[in-house]
Amino acid sequence: MPYAMTGLVVLGVTLVAGTLLGWALTRRSGVLRETRRETRHETGRETGKAVEKEARVDFGEPLGERATLVQFSTAFCQPCRATRRVLGEVAGMVPGVRHIEIDAESRLDLVRAFDVMRTPTVLILDSSGNIVKRASGQPRKADVIAAIGQAVLPDVLPDVDRTSQHTDGK
Amino acid sequence: MQVDPRGLRFGAAVTTLVLAAVLITGNPWLLAVQTVVFVLGAFGAAPYALFFKRFVRPRLGPPRELEDAAPPRFAQGVGMAFALVGLIGFAAGVTPLALGATAAALLAAFLNAAFGLCLGCEAFLIIRRLQPGRIS
Repeated sequence: MPYAMTGLVVLGVTLVAGTLLGWALTRRSGVLRETRRETRHETGRETGKAVEKEARVDFGEPLGERATLVQFSTAFCQPCRATRRVLGEVAGMVPGVRHIEIDAESRLDLVRAFDVMRTPTVLILDSSGNIVKRASGQPRKADVIAAIGQAVLPDVLPDVDRTSQHTDGK
Repeated sequence: MQVDPRGLRFGAAVTTLVLAAVLITGNPWLLAVQTVVFVLGAFGAAPYALFFKRFVRPRLGPPRELEDAAPPRFAQGVGMAFALVGLIGFAAGVTPLALGATAAALLAAFLNAAFGLCLGCEAFLIIRRLQPGRIS
């Protein structure tokens, strides 16, 4: 019967597409990647402006003294809760680090400015508000701590003992 | 409200099987049943999850952690929309529409069952981003 054939083909194609899509979406999920100004320029529409904006971006809350964990969330986001817990724990553990959660829906300006496609998206900012690392999906706690170590390092480079103490804190 | 994530995965797996059966048999009644399941799920009474709670969960023990109920409910609503379009396709005799819409719902259910991904939730922000006029 021709219908059954068509149905089977559609089923097969859908399952293959689903497997590939699932693999693509989960493979890099939660991986904290280096963000350099150059790489952001490629995605940003207005090169000069993007950098200007970044320095003066208003997240609606004060930044952390040493580093800030910015989390974009929506109401319909399964891993946002677990991400909130991980980032909250890290912020509570490392002095001078703040966790800011942004409701993506009410801050579509920031969503567009930072090209956020999925929630949660996590940005790790250094003390001056530059983005050092970025992840989409729930990052692992150890990775967040390591990334903060990197974000904080330039500030406290002369004081190496303090840095190692904090990063080894876990 | 909080739900057991394993119940969600279980429900997605059953949904995947039902929608696969719809594609293979071309039976619109089966899709109609799944549509009702989606409607109930969107209103917070997902039948497969209730089955899981009643018959499967007692054998597994309590969950390690709970999840918010809002994302899966939203996803059930998205599934309902696709299932309805599929039903319209069957009713109107437009087979590509029926198969296409059923396949879209199947894709979402499969991704949830196999990878724990909520496709409707992933699409939510992208759709909101595309909406003009409501820019803050």
